[in-house]
Amino acid sequence: MRDVVVIGAGMTKFGELWGKSIRDIFTEAAQKAIEDAGVDHIDSMYVGAMSPGLFVGQEHLSAVLADYLGVNPIPATHVESACASGGVAFRQAFLEVASGASDIVLAGGVEKMTDGADVTEVLATAADQEYEVYQGITFPGLYAMIAHAHMHQYGTTREQLAAVAVKNHRNGAKNPNAQFRSEVTLEQVINSTMVADPLRLLDCSPVSDGGAAVILASIEVAKKLNKNPIRVIASSQASDTIALHGRSSITTLGSVVTAAEKAYRMADVKPADVDFAEVHDCFTIAEILVSEDLGFFEKGKGGQAAADGLTSLECNLTPINTSGGLKSKGHPVGATGIAQIIELYEQLSGKAGARQVLDAHIGMAQNMGGSGASCVIHILEGK
Amino acid sequence: MITARYAREIPQRYRLEAAKCMKCGHTSFPPRLICPKCKGKNFETVALNDEGKLLTYTVVRVASEKFSKETPFAVGIIELNDGVKVTAQIADAEVDELEIGQKVKLVFRKIQEEGKAGIICYGYKAVTV
Repeated sequence: MRDVVVIGAGMTKFGELWGKSIRDIFTEAAQKAIEDAGVDHIDSMYVGAMSPGLFVGQEHLSAVLADYLGVNPIPATHVESACASGGVAFRQAFLEVASGASDIVLAGGVEKMTDGADVTEVLATAADQEYEVYQGITFPGLYAMIAHAHMHQYGTTREQLAAVAVKNHRNGAKNPNAQFRSEVTLEQVINSTMVADPLRLLDCSPVSDGGAAVILASIEVAKKLNKNPIRVIASSQASDTIALHGRSSITTLGSVVTAAEKAYRMADVKPADVDFAEVHDCFTIAEILVSEDLGFFEKGKGGQAAADGLTSLECNLTPINTSGGLKSKGHPVGATGIAQIIELYEQLSGKAGARQVLDAHIGMAQNMGGSGASCVIHILEGK
Repeated sequence: MITARYAREIPQRYRLEAAKCMKCGHTSFPPRLICPKCKGKNFETVALNDEGKLLTYTVVRVASEKFSKETPFAVGIIELNDGVKVTAQIADAEVDELEIGQKVKLVFRKIQEEGKAGIICYGYKAVTV
């Protein structure tokens, strides 16, 4: 496989974009990425989106988007892996450039969630329809069961969960593209409306519209364009049982552990070498679990680490979710995995403004689908 | 719920039918064509042990539209005595008095309705014992 670099990025603001359709949202992000990269064409494109069919009644999304981006007749492919759709789209683009089949590929992600669908029902299609959702469980409900088990097993507290939301909102307040550019207090999180015990409204990522895109290319293309190359040094993916109850442990995400092991091996780095990470905090408990399963903290210590501020931007140990994460930046499902890559790209290019991590050389993006049935991890390296 | 799709799952939902691998003895619920433990392809049909314990649970306060009139309701992961784990609602219990580790038993109950004129869908829920 040959080296692959990211040479451009673009995204829309995340939020309730009432006036924009899914095709407009994607086109805006993709056009920004193409302009940022300075390329005059793309060879192919991959688009991650969880459920355009249920959210806006549009399937064959890749054809719609290639048409409206004005890039016909290049190959355009829609990638679906629930909430990991964006990350998996990036991986497909990476593999296409790495294989030598293409030199310049766009990896994008988009979701339009506020057009009136029953969002709780659509999101639940990422779980086992016949043996979980049939019983009335929701996505917050699945992660609530994980949280409850983690609290029971390791003594993780309500305040530790809240610390994740507080930290991510503090970071998101510094991100111009974030849906919620407002800080929240521990008390506000703990007293917000109960959604699924023990998870409350401010433990949950929001319903969002948004799009994100990046341009991947070979080193040769980057050199010709005089680009400061941000190299993709690992791409890994793993799967687990679709039903949460099918796992040997409810408090460890096996797909995250497996994908992380592969990624560390491919990049030849250790958890301690990672300068910062964007992780899939669809719920506060998810960030705690993932911070353990990526090897940043010992199993069961993720909650304490969050409460002690070890994952904060200010601490600069291994800052997690400097973008604000899904919690504050917003979670237009299919766009999330690409938006994580964009945060890595901006940090490693030194363009993250008030969120800039000092001495950022190696960044990790961890994106997952469902209750962890899919996980995709990328590690990027700057100069 | 499409009727054919519902009818297909009746053996599992009404009678807790599972598939026991003839090669390694692992029980799969719902039945599978390939054993996840040993890749065996021959199974015998067995009924699950209907008693077990609560591994974790939540109380759903905000549900999808289909279940919105039933909130709050408890849903848990139950480990049955034969080692099989299932997700089920916990019925007939004060949701604030549930505990992890509690003994429960699966019983036959109505789970949901398909609109005003559609079929009534049955299955298992757990009750405390």
